[in-house]
Amino acid sequence: MLEHLLTKIRSFGIPRIIIILFLLSLWISAAFLSIPFPALLSDTFVRLGMNTVLTLSMLPSILVGTSLFFGLPLGIICGLLGGVMSIELNLKGLTAFFAAIGFSIPLAILVGYGYGLLLNRVKGSEMTVGTYVGFAFVSLMSFGWVTLPFKNPEMAWAIGKGIRVTVSLEGRFSNVLNKLWAFELYGVKIPTGALVFLGVMCLFMGLFLRTRTGLAMQECGMNPKFAKASGINVDRMRILGTIISTILGAIGILTYAQGFGFLQLYEAPMYMGFIAAAAILIGGASLKTAKISHVIIGTFLFQGILVVALPVANTVATLGSLAEISRIIVSNGIILYALAQKGGNE
Amino acid sequence: MTQVRRFLTNNAVSILFVVIGVLGLRVSGLSLPFFLEDIVNRLARNSFMVLSLIIPVLAGLGLNFAIVLGAMAGQAAIIVVTHWKIPGVGGILLAILLAFPLAVVLGILTGRLLNRARGKEMITTLILGFFSNGIYQLVFLLLVGSVIPMKNDVLVLSSGVGLRTSIDLTGGLKNGLDDLLRIPFPVCAAVTGILLLGVYMVGFFRRRSVRIGKLVGIGVLALFLIGWGLFQVYTRSMFNFVRVPVGTFLIVLGLCVFITFFTRTKLGQDMRTVGQDRHIAEVAGIDSDRIRIIAMVMSTVLASIGQIVFLQNLGTFSTYGSHEQAGMFAIAALLIGGASVAKATIGQALLGTLLFHTMFIVSPLAGRTLFGDAQLGEFFRAFVAYGIIGLSLALHSWKKQMQAREEARRSV
Repeated sequence: MLEHLLTKIRSFGIPRIIIILFLLSLWISAAFLSIPFPALLSDTFVRLGMNTVLTLSMLPSILVGTSLFFGLPLGIICGLLGGVMSIELNLKGLTAFFAAIGFSIPLAILVGYGYGLLLNRVKGSEMTVGTYVGFAFVSLMSFGWVTLPFKNPEMAWAIGKGIRVTVSLEGRFSNVLNKLWAFELYGVKIPTGALVFLGVMCLFMGLFLRTRTGLAMQECGMNPKFAKASGINVDRMRILGTIISTILGAIGILTYAQGFGFLQLYEAPMYMGFIAAAAILIGGASLKTAKISHVIIGTFLFQGILVVALPVANTVATLGSLAEISRIIVSNGIILYALAQKGGNE
Repeated sequence: MTQVRRFLTNNAVSILFVVIGVLGLRVSGLSLPFFLEDIVNRLARNSFMVLSLIIPVLAGLGLNFAIVLGAMAGQAAIIVVTHWKIPGVGGILLAILLAFPLAVVLGILTGRLLNRARGKEMITTLILGFFSNGIYQLVFLLLVGSVIPMKNDVLVLSSGVGLRTSIDLTGGLKNGLDDLLRIPFPVCAAVTGILLLGVYMVGFFRRRSVRIGKLVGIGVLALFLIGWGLFQVYTRSMFNFVRVPVGTFLIVLGLCVFITFFTRTKLGQDMRTVGQDRHIAEVAGIDSDRIRIIAMVMSTVLASIGQIVFLQNLGTFSTYGSHEQAGMFAIAALLIGGASVAKATIGQALLGTLLFHTMFIVSPLAGRTLFGDAQLGEFFRAFVAYGIIGLSLALHSWKKQMQAREEARRSV
């Protein structure tokens, strides 16, 4: 009986249990500190809407066998460029949001294609190479943000040249999805639009994975030799997976930005890949397998912790930076745990 | 001709950075003595840290991004010593002693983790660096003052919990090692020249099989150093104001000798075998897991000393930031020197440190002259640091893939 329970726990994953217990204990302490629970839940939903698409970008990459998508900053930068273009064209509201996505997708396809070509040459070291290519691209784009000829005064520095480090989306597409069809339930604000949007994205992904191409892609990740033998062009599939991941990264940062209210440029995208990777791993994915349910559960748990940690820490007063510290420890800890699992040689 | 071409392709990265450095130096408009002052200081500061990367490469663990852990151990020791107000060389020795057990423990843990994450060592050390940074912040930002008792108005925040974001070592460890002995640069050059000459004379009379070309080259270099040094001393030029921290360089030299010596011991040879082919090593009866842990422990301990050397030279540090970049910059420096994931030598480490810091000095200035904006120069050097790591990791992996394909074709 006990043994049976132990194997069950092990298959569920010890870190996942720790994280769920951590979240529960945070919730309980929040209750004791009389922090309004509905507000916490509202925030968690908003964060879920903001982050799920970024987490989703890990999925194609894992399934096609290129492991965690640490090249996420590449996609994010495409998305940011789309956002900046939409502001430059003076668009507003949902139009601005979808136009930004529209501008960013061709860029993401281009960048994703190039990145996919690179990943095909570095099979086995995708994560390390991806991390540094991402970092390098972020610092290269820092040149871009300074020198690209965007004219809109909303985005420019008062003195000097270049775009600001954070561009406000107030009056542009700040909260457009969150406010869409939003309603309140027992004091919990439900950002319906954002949740519907992420639902649609996940649905598309789910449908795609059931198509011929989608199945072929998963075959490449599970058993590249078998895939090759059955006539699938593995390298092409890997490029396709990378492109989809990059596009999702671009859309992801725009949904993130609409909830956050700002576009964060320059060095901000650098570490976002690790947060998204941590989220999907918390949800139950490994370096080789992942499901859409992992994306949603993981994002909910991870963001849930971050939302609750901040007010709890602030009430205990002296622990001001607990939220940031627990983010660093939890996110990198879970990635380390996944790396230390048997099998899945990089 | 083919020799020249091979030299160029094998050292393409270093040559590129020599060109960048020289051009940058010209554009930046820095005077030579001023530049020399800066670069000598930076060499003293960072060489030790870069050298601490060599042993894991030897053991086949690749580039050890987890020297960040060693840096943290060193920094923790510095904080303690600064708290106790022990200045100078004594403080530095104490810091090294204090950091030692911590670095050993961290090294063992890292080694064991890497044995579980075989084939994914580099990404694991990279993430481990981020992870331990969280633990470091937890300890020094939240636990110090609340759980760990510490009363110090200078170091601790006014709330009584957590350390201040920057710590000044002036009057404490600052330059403790550097100021042991400072000699004007030209004198240093002349003395180096004499030593070089002496060493090669001895070598020449002992063994007759020394290559003539090499001997002549060394001889010319030695005579040039002596002549130039004496001339500068005689003319009392600006170069005499560049004062070399000899003590620090002696420690770096000591580490170079140690590494050279170590690679010839039984343990060093075992390490090399494990690095080349683990299966052969296992067949030969070498416990590769143990060897890998030893390599990590050595690297972590050296990095802890490296960080202490680094910070005593810098004289001030950001409590929550100084260690973070240590790993990345050291690795970029090593790679710029021409090292790869699979091979790194002392010469590459030193050359890389020189070239990397040359770029560090000149790029903001060059950025200001060329684009009217120093920040662009800073973006440039960040781009180069990240880019060079990404590029050389990619090239290494590509080469490995091509080799595997070649072998597969041959076996068919």
